Order: sequence, then C-alpha cells, then structure tokens
Amino acid sequence: MSPLLEVRELVVRYGDFTAVDGVSFTLDAGETLALNGPSGCGKSSTAMAVLQLRRPDSGEVGFEGRELTSLTERELRPLRPRMQPVFQDPYGSLSPRHRIRDAVAEPLKVQGRWTATDGPARVAELLDRVGLDPSYGDRHPHELSGGQCQRAGIARALASEPRLLVLDEPVSALDPSVRAGVLNLLADLQDDLGLGYLFICHDQAVVRHFADRVIEIREGRVISG
Amino acid sequence: MPSDVLLSVRDLRIVFDGVEAVRGLSFDVRPREVLAVVGESGAGKSLTARALLGMVPRGASVGGTIRPDLSTERGRRIALVPQDALSALSPVHPVGDQLAAAVRSVQRVSRRQARARAVAALDRVGIPDAARTARAYPHEYSGGMRQRAVIAMATINEPDVVVADEPTSALDAERQEQVLRVLGERREAVGAALVLVTHDMDVVRDHANRVLVMYAGRAVEAGRVQDVLSRPRAPYTAGLLASLPQNARGLRRLPALPGTPPAPGALPAGCAFAPRCPLAADRCRHEEPEPRPLHDRLVACHRADDVPHPAIDLFQEKQPA
Repeated sequence: MSPLLEVRELVVRYGDFTAVDGVSFTLDAGETLALNGPSGCGKSSTAMAVLQLRRPDSGEVGFEGRELTSLTERELRPLRPRMQPVFQDPYGSLSPRHRIRDAVAEPLKVQGRWTATDGPARVAELLDRVGLDPSYGDRHPHELSGGQCQRAGIARALASEPRLLVLDEPVSALDPSVRAGVLNLLADLQDDLGLGYLFICHDQAVVRHFADRVIEIREGRVISG
Repeated sequence: MPSDVLLSVRDLRIVFDGVEAVRGLSFDVRPREVLAVVGESGAGKSLTARALLGMVPRGASVGGTIRPDLSTERGRRIALVPQDALSALSPVHPVGDQLAAAVRSVQRVSRRQARARAVAALDRVGIPDAARTARAYPHEYSGGMRQRAVIAMATINEPDVVVADEPTSALDAERQEQVLRVLGERREAVGAALVLVTHDMDVVRDHANRVLVMYAGRAVEAGRVQDVLSRPRAPYTAGLLASLPQNARGLRRLPALPGTPPAPGALPAGCAFAPRCPLAADRCRHEEPEPRPLHDRLVACHRADDVPHPAIDLFQEKQPA
C-alpha cells in the first residue's frame, strides 16, 4: 500500500534564503509524524508546502497517490479538502465576525455539500464530535475559551472529511489543564477515522507522548528520523 | 517580620475591569530563593507579579499589604523581566544606552563608567561581541538575545528581587532553557530572590525552590517544589500534574481535567475548582476553603486529606466524551 503522504526532496526558498533544503519523509494513514526543531528551522515552511499553500520551489509531494506539485490550482481544488490545517492560535484561525456554526458550515457550503435539510444537523454532529455542545454554535470565537475555540477549529477541519491533518503547534497556546483534553480528542479522531497527522510541536514531552515517529529538522534539513 | 522574609504579601486583592481577579492572596518571598508562581490564564498570577512592582494596569485597584513596598525603588531593589522583551526596551535607543541609563538612574557614575558596566552586563549574559552589539537596537537582536539583554538590565543594579513574568513563553525549547539558565546564573551572582511566573511545570521542577499554585485568584497549594510535585495535596495540582504528557507513561489518552478554568467574575459558589474536581463534596460547593497547613505545606482544599497518591486514577476519564 502506498503511504498517505510521500514528500521527496522538498525545497522552499524565500528569495536567496533556503528555508527547506531537500526534506523527504512518508506518512501512513492513522500515523502521527512529528516535525521537530527550533524556531526558523523550516518545519512550518515544510507544512505549508505539503498543503500546497505555498508551492515548493522543487521536490515532490505525493498525496493519496497523486503528485501535487505538478497540478494546477484548478486540479488541486478537489484534493484540498482532504488535507486540512489546524493552527496554533485558536482565535486567529476562525473569523471573529462569524458564529461557530457558520465557520463549521462554510467548508460544506464551499464544497457544495450543504443542504438546508442536512446541513445544520451535520454541523451539530461535528461540534458534538469534538466535544462541544451544539449550543456553542451560536457563539462567536471570543465567547469561547482557547480550548473550546481549538475544538471548533478542528470541527471545521473535519467538515471537509480530510484524510490528513497538518497540526501546526495545535496545543501550544492552550492552558495545561485544557491541553490534555485536546490531545485526547485528536487521538480519538485518529483512532476512529484513521487520519494521518503531520504534527509540528516544539514541546518535547508532547511530541514523545503523541507522535509515532519524529524527524528532527535543522536549518531546512532532516538531521535524524 | 522574621528576618528570613524579604517580601511579605498579605490578603492581596486586585480588582481589574470590575472583577476581583486576585482574591485574598498571602505569601512570602525569602532571600535568594526562586519562588515559582504557577497558574493558568485568568488565575491572577501576572497581576500578582505586577503588584509586587507597583505596575498593575491602569484602572486596577490593589488591596491588602505588600511589605516592604519596593515599588518606589523599582530598578534598584526590585526589577522585572517581562514575557515580551520588546515591550521592556525602547525601540529608538541602542540596547547598551538603555542599560547605561538604568545604571545612572540609581547611581552617580560617569557616562563612561555606566557604559562600561552595560557592556560587561551584556557580556555576562552571553551577548556575543558585547562592546559592538551594545550599540545595536533591540530590533537587531534575536528573540533570545533580547530576552538575555532584558535579564542583564533587570540585574544590573543588583536588586533584592527579580520578578520574571513568563520570561520564556515566546521562545522555542532550546532558547527557553538557555534564557532560564542565564536568568538563574545572574540571580545567583547578584544574590537576588526570583519570583518566576510560569504555567510550565517543567520550569518549576528544574528552576524553582518553592512553588505557589494559583487557581481563580487564590492560592490552592504552596510549598517546597519537591514536596508539591512528588505528592500534590490539592486536587487541582494533582490533576495538572497527572495531565502532563511527560507523566503519561505510554497511555494513549492522557488523564484530563474536565472543563476549563473559570473566567474571573464568573466564579462558582464555594471552591472555584469544585465544578472540575472529582472529589468535590457538598461542602466544596458552598464554602470556599482557606489555606491551612497540612504536612509540609499550605493547602486550600476541604478534601486535601482524601487526595490519593498517586492521583492519576482520579483523573482517568471513564468514557471518552
């Protein structure tokens, strides 16, 4: 079986600066691979290039057997829902002006999977799935705690029925007593849905607990893993 | 006041934005110790730290006593290392000038002497090529260098107390360790006590002598670090420690505290932790516990005698939510 994600010799440059310098790895469905390294080592740039949110300068990103880097924006569009990011700042990833319900509904609407009959029930189901009472759908992000907001962000990512989540410091902004609950949620989702996780986190203890494999990145290169 | 107490805080109350964010907090800071103040967002730890310096935000009112009041001698006897070093440094003056100005604010020395002391102080915190780097502006420093420069500034006048408010939260793991090491070295060298505000239990374990655990504006547990961390007596401390991934020992699901910390101003009746506490009893929902001595520490919990050891089973979820 081919891996869910296969990254080969990925290179990302910003002007003269090479942020990612030939990074390669694979990730299977149901597996968590952590990218570890200090600020500026290229781990977030790698994540953005995997998601094709920033097109890499060279290298290949194979996702579910398709090579993404050679695809046009139009060709990528149907694949994008299947790889979703979850970011560090739970408030920054949701529009402050939209109710949680609308934020979770948006991917369904954009992807043409919203119907007046099933849509609201699907949103309620997604909120329930991440441990939020569906009544939270009426609220705006600032009316939620950081942990609740991060759960809402995960519900929004799940709305697209992804196979891969790119988790960029997903618990780093959370209070310690709340962090464990969100990590448990991510573990449950992975066990139930077989999601692949590309996990970026600077907290060694969290990485050791949560990841199946770790690759260390320094100055844009894989140094171990 | 006993001679082994440097700073004595009694019944500290801070009202901010119309809500009581610190609600009757008492503790001592002893000479040369590292006292960690631990808590989550909204626990009141930063406001407490700021009160020691007389630097609470505009509009906040402070009740209770802090003796002696060192806030009038800020920069000389008490100094701050804030989370965000950029906010502590002026963007329009070279870093070395700012350190020299700190020296001259408390001592009558020549500009040349102040300047030499500034360069020496930067050198001691590991700023490379300090004589030249002192002429650079804060934006030309990396995040870790800036935080070290602020440590140099906070310790340059050899204060009795350094207050560090989440000094490494904005840095990655490697630089966190480096900055904490430098902070520890400088504190030791000038003989200051350190009040270290953090939410990171690893930082507490590795860098503090005593710990004050805060929840919803009150102390829930205070004692020596090794005592509190090895055998927490308050359910909140126990739950916090149990939920850390480093204590998980291979469990797929971490023990977790249900719910979230209460917002200041929206506190439940009785013990503020009761709605999240697996040991909460009727009394806990009606009567807020006061700190009392228990074994080797202070604990504010009606059920402290019933906290098992290890406490991990208390927080193991029965069914995934």
